[in-house]
Amino acid sequence: MSGSGRPAAPAPSPAPAPSAARADERLLRTSPLRRLLGRPELGSVVGAAAVFLFFTIVADSFLQASSFGTVLYAASTIGIMAAPVALLMIGGEFDLSAGVLVTSSALISSMFSYQMTANVWVGVFVSLLVTLAVGAFNGFMLTRTKLPSFIITLGTFLMLTGLNLGFTKLISGTVSTKAIGDMEGFDSARKVFASQLTIGDVEFKVTILWWAALVAVATWILLRTRFGNWIFAVGGEADAARAVGVPVIRTKIGLYLGVAFAAWVSGQHLLFSYDVVQSGEGVGNELTYIIAAVIGGCLITGGYGSAIGSAVGAFIFGMTSKGIVYAEWNPDWFKFFLGAMLLLATLLNAWVRKRAEATK
Amino acid sequence: MGAVLAAVLGASLMGCSSTGGKRAEERAAAAAAEGRAAVNTPRWTFAMVTHSGDGDTFWDIVQKGAEQAAVKDNINFLYSHNDEAQQQAQLVQTAIDKKVDGLIVTLAKPDAMKAVVAKAVKAGIPVITVNSGSAESKAFGALTHIGQDESIAGEAVGDELDARGRKKALCILHEQGNVGHEQRCAGAKKAFAGTMQNLYVDGTNMPDVQASIEAKLQADKSIDAVVTLGAPFADAAVQAKRTAGSEAEIDTFDLNAKVATGLQEKKLGFAVDQQPYLQGYEAVDLLWLYRYNRNVLGGGLPVLTGPQVITADDADALAEYTKRGTR
Repeated sequence: MSGSGRPAAPAPSPAPAPSAARADERLLRTSPLRRLLGRPELGSVVGAAAVFLFFTIVADSFLQASSFGTVLYAASTIGIMAAPVALLMIGGEFDLSAGVLVTSSALISSMFSYQMTANVWVGVFVSLLVTLAVGAFNGFMLTRTKLPSFIITLGTFLMLTGLNLGFTKLISGTVSTKAIGDMEGFDSARKVFASQLTIGDVEFKVTILWWAALVAVATWILLRTRFGNWIFAVGGEADAARAVGVPVIRTKIGLYLGVAFAAWVSGQHLLFSYDVVQSGEGVGNELTYIIAAVIGGCLITGGYGSAIGSAVGAFIFGMTSKGIVYAEWNPDWFKFFLGAMLLLATLLNAWVRKRAEATK
Repeated sequence: MGAVLAAVLGASLMGCSSTGGKRAEERAAAAAAEGRAAVNTPRWTFAMVTHSGDGDTFWDIVQKGAEQAAVKDNINFLYSHNDEAQQQAQLVQTAIDKKVDGLIVTLAKPDAMKAVVAKAVKAGIPVITVNSGSAESKAFGALTHIGQDESIAGEAVGDELDARGRKKALCILHEQGNVGHEQRCAGAKKAFAGTMQNLYVDGTNMPDVQASIEAKLQADKSIDAVVTLGAPFADAAVQAKRTAGSEAEIDTFDLNAKVATGLQEKKLGFAVDQQPYLQGYEAVDLLWLYRYNRNVLGGGLPVLTGPQVITADDADALAEYTKRGTR
């Protein structure tokens, strides 16, 4: 994944510097507070606190421990995908196929295991390979054709939607897969992907751990590795990045592989939670992941954002979607509320960023 | 609350319009808002979680039935829905977190709901399943299931098509991944003496539904019957038939105002209704009976609300109720 012996770009400090940089700008000592104000996720953290406070006031059952487990679970199912999607967006690209890829990944595991009567882990492994291949296909098509990723992944999205249904009908004879709960390896796979830990009398799903791990890894890549610098570089100015020796193609393919890996994790979670997968699901979730990343401070234009922000964005999403239910509101208004929140969070981000840059 | 708000808004906006549906509707809404409980049992909270998408006519009627029963039985009624299995399971979990006194769920995706329904039963919440999942309901620990056996309903359609002398039919599935829909088409196929094909369309996108049916009718002129699985799609099929210049008879599952008029005007052959109002109403009422008197209906078998084959003869009587949005 990381580079070979090729000379890398001079590594700037990972915090995105304003483009009009003075020569010694990167060597300036900045105060911790100043650094905090410059973080992309700051605005979303403020937003998350506001949403949390809001639902604490309007919904009685929101603050219960058991409710918190439910909210965290809802956030984790989005957050697992939002972290690599955020990295991809920082790299200046989209992936509209991410939602259905989750379903594809679950379908492949289930059907391969069932049809081959293999240990379930074999299906899980095959699914990983196929899912990564789809990610590689996205990245390869993008760098080869020079078409916008919006178009490429829209094509992949539609193709996968069709493949999901077509293959499932062809192989299983119905629109959902056959149950594999009685097969070898199912229980151990369920432990890994879909178990729950009971702390006190609250259930925490294992996806929360996956989510934390993925966000931690994504943050480490972004802020502490050369690959992370490349992501910022290709998202900010691809041509300039190429000129200073950043492997643009490899970076972008790597980002799509990251999304595919997370889709595989999410897909396995779906399969091992429910044992049977519905072929028509996942459509529309790709936008949810993008929204979570944007609420978390990623710019649509690329070159700016953070993985932690995506986690905060997913948490806001989880709180809102479940908070509305705890507050006993009419669910008809849910999407309206979500849209308004997206706008508010993004405006808040923009405002906080302006303030932070003005004080530099 | 919503109904009160709607009634207040409606009343304030009333202009000097001539007699019309709107005014009658407002009166009805005002009457509903003033609905009083007919019982003096404590104010229990019942939650209903369905697999409906946004803005679905059928589920709107189910909700109306449930709300009507909730008013009568002094119930605080909560409704939520999501068409993704994972999200629906999470919504059931939120109801458990809220410690509701009764739970109504649909099992269109039974495997996804299994664990969370078991959790509700374990928490001592009485569960009633509605609409889909008659096979799983008992095993999951629900008190009873209220709905229509989809295979039986499908067979009723197949028989009716035979009686009408049809030879080649098309079954339009608008909700991919819904096992009940598959059963309907399979049942119809089984009972139908002619040939029957399935066509998948995106039910959340009406123009797309119409275009898909249109293309199919243009491609195959020998199709002489189209069966849609939901009332709103019957109208799309009628439009598609007109543009495609096809001679096919349009038949549908479920009912709405348009279908009733369509039956009256002979634009549609017949409709198979499963009485959604009854599914919502009975679910709330049976939960109330269980809490109040430990009554359980059905004797361990599903309580069937359909199929009821409706033709032009019955349409007149139902037109009024469909306009009201309860049939």
